[in-house]
Amino acid sequence: MSFVLIVGSGRVGSTVARNLLAAGHEVSVLDGDPLSHERLDAGQDSTWEGAGGRFTIGQAIERDALVEAGIENADVFIASTNGDNTNLTIAQIAQKMFNVPRVMVRVMDPARAEWYSAQGLETICPTSYAVQMFEKALELPKEGS
Amino acid sequence: MYAVVIGGGKVGLNLTRELLAKGTEVTLIESRRDRYLRMDAELGFVVQYGDGTELWVLERAGIQRADLVVAVTGDDEDNILICQIARDKYQVDRFISRVNNPRNRQYFELLDIRPAFSATDLILRLIEHEVPDYGLVHLLDLPEEQLEVIEIVVCEGCRAAGLEVQQLELPEGSIVISVLRDEGGFVPKGDTVIYAGDEVLVCLDPGLESQVTALFEAAK
Repeated sequence: MSFVLIVGSGRVGSTVARNLLAAGHEVSVLDGDPLSHERLDAGQDSTWEGAGGRFTIGQAIERDALVEAGIENADVFIASTNGDNTNLTIAQIAQKMFNVPRVMVRVMDPARAEWYSAQGLETICPTSYAVQMFEKALELPKEGS
Repeated sequence: MYAVVIGGGKVGLNLTRELLAKGTEVTLIESRRDRYLRMDAELGFVVQYGDGTELWVLERAGIQRADLVVAVTGDDEDNILICQIARDKYQVDRFISRVNNPRNRQYFELLDIRPAFSATDLILRLIEHEVPDYGLVHLLDLPEEQLEVIEIVVCEGCRAAGLEVQQLELPEGSIVISVLRDEGGFVPKGDTVIYAGDEVLVCLDPGLESQVTALFEAAK
């Protein structure tokens, strides 16, 4: 079991949070919008806190908010706000300031995702996946083949 | 010299105008359509429309040949990313960033993005300079050059009061560059006497601050 901190409780962040909690991990979520908490509760039998989850309201870039959400003890850090540059910045803060062992970052722009991946960040680019899915569905030949 | 400025707010736009007036080749990148159109009427091809944190937008602006990149958007994360990409991907030697929220300065330092200027900090320094409640004011830090300029009030009964400049036991690597007295300032000579109530500007190597200020503080 590991302690996972997820920053950004949108569709992706909240779903990953719920699934990780259900899989038995300790999960803390940080988001600036109190309403985003509803995403964690929606359609569930118990509330997010009732199920054992943690939720902190605060700006992703604020050091105090990150500490309150438990970044100092996190085994895994997931940056999934709706801003690529915010994600890339807080991921580097988690890596370099708080020495979180595993840092994953959602980046919508494939070019930035590729470059920062080469710099040592574990980037996930939904745009690239979507492109691949479309191309596969349309049976386009793979690039380079 | 070729400069790429990212962010066409008040700072970016006026900076671009000044650089152009000095004969510098400049491209200004602005991501808001309305702002871009307004500036396009004045500056024409100098302004380019686009998100200055996208690699292709930076490349379209010719960042590969830029001598200077100036990141002055209203978003600190954007400014951090722009400088990081300019330095590490495009090997731009000189870049300057704006810090919008002084609390984010620690992250610029963490990621070694220097120099980073914050209007809040600059105004705070001016306040400290204008309001004489502060014994010591940092006027200028030049981290690259390893120099600082500080302003110190000469206290009644301190070791320096009544001594000539040449008699001051200033540590190696520090020098009095100016004395402010009676509403005026002058450059002192070796035999200039320092009085209590004067303010002195001292240029020094970083790290010598406490040794220097000890001379001007009242004996405890």
